[in-house]
Amino acid sequence: MSNEATDNGGQALRWLRRTVTLPYLWLLLFFLAPFLIILKISVAEPIVAQPPFTPLLEWGAQGLAGLKATFDNYAYLFEDGYYGIIYLSSLKMAAIGTLLCLLLGYPMAYSIARQPPRRRQIMLMAVILPFWISFLLRVYAWIGLLNNRGLINEFLLWLGVIDHPLTMLYNDFAVYVGIVYSYLPFMILPLYANLEKHDHDLLDAAADLGARRWQGFIDVTLPLSVPGIIGGCLLVFIPAVGEFTIPALLGGADTLMIGRVLWDEFFINRDWPVASAVSVVLLLLLVVPILWFQRLQRREQEAGS
Amino acid sequence: MNDSPPSPLVQIREITKKFGGVTAVDRVSLDILRGELFAILGSSGCGKTTLLRLLAGFEEPTSGRILIDGADMTDVPPYERPVNLMFQSYALFPHMTVAQNVAYGLKKEHVPADRIRERVAEMLAMVKLEALAGRKPEKLSGGEQQRVALARALVKRPKLLLLDEPLAALDKKLRQHTQFELANLQYQLGTTFVVVTHDQSEAMTLASRIAVMAEGRIAQVGTPGQVYEFPANRYVASFVGNINLFDGRVTAAGNGQLSVKCETLGSDELSVMSAGAIAPGSAICVAVRPEKITISRQAPEAKDRNVVKGTVWDLAYFGDQSLYRVRLKSGAELQVSAQNLRRSEKMTVEWDDEVFLSWEIASTVLLQS
Repeated sequence: MSNEATDNGGQALRWLRRTVTLPYLWLLLFFLAPFLIILKISVAEPIVAQPPFTPLLEWGAQGLAGLKATFDNYAYLFEDGYYGIIYLSSLKMAAIGTLLCLLLGYPMAYSIARQPPRRRQIMLMAVILPFWISFLLRVYAWIGLLNNRGLINEFLLWLGVIDHPLTMLYNDFAVYVGIVYSYLPFMILPLYANLEKHDHDLLDAAADLGARRWQGFIDVTLPLSVPGIIGGCLLVFIPAVGEFTIPALLGGADTLMIGRVLWDEFFINRDWPVASAVSVVLLLLLVVPILWFQRLQRREQEAGS
Repeated sequence: MNDSPPSPLVQIREITKKFGGVTAVDRVSLDILRGELFAILGSSGCGKTTLLRLLAGFEEPTSGRILIDGADMTDVPPYERPVNLMFQSYALFPHMTVAQNVAYGLKKEHVPADRIRERVAEMLAMVKLEALAGRKPEKLSGGEQQRVALARALVKRPKLLLLDEPLAALDKKLRQHTQFELANLQYQLGTTFVVVTHDQSEAMTLASRIAVMAEGRIAQVGTPGQVYEFPANRYVASFVGNINLFDGRVTAAGNGQLSVKCETLGSDELSVMSAGAIAPGSAICVAVRPEKITISRQAPEAKDRNVVKGTVWDLAYFGDQSLYRVRLKSGAELQVSAQNLRRSEKMTVEWDDEVFLSWEIASTVLLQS
């Protein structure tokens, strides 16, 4: 009887351990392994061969002969100001795009969360609906909309609001449109998930204690939705920094984003080591601030208790 | 200071609130006196919470007016009313500390910072939470949260404090303790409290006056004693406490008394006092509380008493008192509760005993149905 109980307990523990390990296994397989490969290539030298870089380990007649690693690729990134400018420009464009998503997505998530439950489902479906069409096609469709002879210009000309077409395509404006359009659902969903859980009594309590509606929003709703804001911003900002499709299709020649540089290094210059170094630096640029931020938040939580 | 009757602090005039086709509050008029601890008692869905939200200003009445301290508050938004509400869920701001929660109302009033600090400290001392001022609400027990909610609602010194089921979320022991604390606090502060509750014993112990609500209307307003001993109608009689009800017809009237013949009692007739005259033949309802009934195996003296006969069907012994269910010949059951005044191992009345139930005519309640 008691034996069985311990056995069951042991089984449950083993099962628990297995389920806990699963996400780590996932991370190991699909995040850490590719990252290590990229890291390895980034310290190699480019050669004209297949693959187009020198191996990390040198093998002699007696086995392992030595380790060959160079930081030239990283040095090159720092010496050439071009890359620094592109990193900054990518961060800036992603940040502005994220901010626009937030300004647009917050009111949308807020109003969805305040609908009666059945209408909420329909509105959420509408937010997710674009995912049913290929991302590439949807970005492509914007060319048709933003073109000098595109739908928007034709419509404005017909209305007589403008007398010659607006240049809306192949510039930063088009890239922002693309980013906001493509990533808005990633902002709305975590915000909605947060706002939907808010207790309406809290707003009543604020009003009861003398807060007008907007004050209640500022004092209660906004601070309580910070986790949703952070979640949404990270989901938009991180992929937007490395975005390739949108600047490639909608951006102009002067639109500087690191995704395009990465593409050029890999496929045009065929300089895999420099391309790998570019992506490692990009990763550090994103991961370090996020880790720092998380630590800050944890410390704040501990201070609050 | 003067002898004129105190003017009511809250005057509710013919207030009606409809949600779509449903009437939640139906032409309610009510006066709540200054310094009173007033309870609104009713089962869930009777409209008591809607009435409270109308007082707080969260709902706009469909018709009718609300006056507080003589001023018409009907169209005044909640943030401008001299009224504060303690929510059933407490609704503490989870991202603020205890002190920040309590300070919030004063901040919105633009009270100077040092004054806020004083007032918050004062309130926290009053509810004995000084030590927890820096904590977040999630780190507090249910009882502590309740006290924070109370302090936060009282910090602005409202003319009227509304409490929505203030004790419902507490466990039984804490509830009794808090009940007395709440009543004490109200006495010390002199603030007018309106408590909404579904718990009749809570209303009875806390309140100086009770309004019993049913289906959006006020069924009766009175002191706990009036509501319990002199229920205005059948609903109040059976909602507040336990009661035995007999439907019957008046057979004779005279000397301020009625004789009532009830189907469930066979040939026995009950007598009940009546101030007004009710014509013989009228259908009425007669009632008696379980504790007013004396149970005995010997026939009691019938002078000025109603007597019925039955068999003990069920009995529950609680130590201090016993509860009997006595079945009459007609099959109807009566509840009787008796204090166990004598120390004895053997109970005087046992299962299946033939017993006489008797009670004073003056204890008999007349309900016009």
